[in-house]
Amino acid sequence: MTDPKPLIEIKGLRDGLLATMSDASWDESRAALMEQIAARGSFFQGARLALDVGGMVFHVNELSELRDMLSERGVNLWAVVSESPTTEKTSQLLGLATRISKPRPQEMTRPLAEDAGEGKAMWIGRTLRSGTRVEFAGNVIVVGDVNPGAEVVAEGNVIVWGRVRGLVHAGAGGDASAFVCGLDLSAAQIRVGGAAAVPSERSGEARPVKYFLEDGIIQSELWQSN
Amino acid sequence: MGAQVITIASGKGGVGKTTAVANLAVALAADGARVACIDGDIGLRNLDVVMGLENRIVYDVVDVIEGRCRLRQAMIRDKRLPELYLIPAAQTRDKSAVTPSDMIRLCNELRAEVDWVIIDSPAGIERGFKNSIAAADRVIILTNPEVSAVRDADRVIGILEAEEKGTPTLIINRLNPVMVKQHDMLSADDVLDLLAIKLIGIVPEDEGVIVGSNRGNPVALDPKSRAGQAFRNIAKRLKGETVPFMDLEAGTSLWSRLMGRK
Repeated sequence: MTDPKPLIEIKGLRDGLLATMSDASWDESRAALMEQIAARGSFFQGARLALDVGGMVFHVNELSELRDMLSERGVNLWAVVSESPTTEKTSQLLGLATRISKPRPQEMTRPLAEDAGEGKAMWIGRTLRSGTRVEFAGNVIVVGDVNPGAEVVAEGNVIVWGRVRGLVHAGAGGDASAFVCGLDLSAAQIRVGGAAAVPSERSGEARPVKYFLEDGIIQSELWQSN
Repeated sequence: MGAQVITIASGKGGVGKTTAVANLAVALAADGARVACIDGDIGLRNLDVVMGLENRIVYDVVDVIEGRCRLRQAMIRDKRLPELYLIPAAQTRDKSAVTPSDMIRLCNELRAEVDWVIIDSPAGIERGFKNSIAAADRVIILTNPEVSAVRDADRVIGILEAEEKGTPTLIINRLNPVMVKQHDMLSADDVLDLLAIKLIGIVPEDEGVIVGSNRGNPVALDPKSRAGQAFRNIAKRLKGETVPFMDLEAGTSLWSRLMGRK
């Protein structure tokens, strides 16, 4: 473990680990990787591993053998990044990803919480751009705008500290007591429970407003400072 | 050492990406830089026409990737500027002929040859777009002051952020100051209000741009063109110079006169 230059470099990514191979031979690198895993078992246990193999060429049997070795050690190989077209093809044949960052417009969709009690809220501290859809079985708080083409669907309430120009749905599971509030909802489509409303065009300054259900119809209430 | 790779994308088609690529490339090259543009729109190539180089194409980007020619053979030298090159798209193939890693390899090879690589992304957010942004060091979003174009731009910015490509910068193309004044067109502020990214240029609407594109003479070469001036200013900003934004408001009367002259 005290090699002068590491055969393999491991770093954490947002969704797993990335191991980058040096130019050493594959046998040496693989041995180094296995040694690392053996030495730091708990760190690797259950990890999603992406492998950057540089220009090395792999064929199906080698890569599937590696995958088996890793999975015996509780490591899930999900991607192999390579400059070699052969290796890329191999990875694709084995159903492995060949790029690490992938488009994730729905990245915010987390596993739904079992019970969405009062305290459960999803925090989104940025603007939601067109094409983003956020779903959560609880309350959603957005500090930023909800742009046209973005959607927020919550089983609880939705609070937006910003402008809403997209779709916001509170009480998506049928909760009639849910509400939507925001600083400016004049260009949004609001849904609460099973009802939908399009706010009337704003005249003058934007005002914070709350939308809620009353007798199955969406009502609005402007925020007053006194 | 090593070129900077810039991709111009918009989401929506017809906003002027190809024209912008041609003009920025010309403006950078006219300033003495070595520039290569890549047409990323495999199957629907246009950049060669806008740059006036269509009858010189022998090899294209797919030929390079598939090893039928060397990179240098597919780099078509511009007829006006000695250090400006075009790598054309293949017209008889489609987007699936190229992968993101092909583009990264190609651009890495180009980095040693030139100072700037400018990639013209196709419209949409599918394969061709993914190919075009794969190698980019920075992405420039081009949009028109129109609601639909701005919405598509917003979507593309979201994808770039999700791909960890960093926040792109923005060019607003074809702004008509007279229409903005009459509240018939979104203003630059309206666009920035929604997109909330850094603006690096506003290009005024200019008939000369269309004429230039059809003739294969990018307006950035015309010292009298206001759109050309806007592209030259953007090129300077890309190089890190601080250039004040053109006063489009003050230009309206002059600009209408110019329009009337044609």
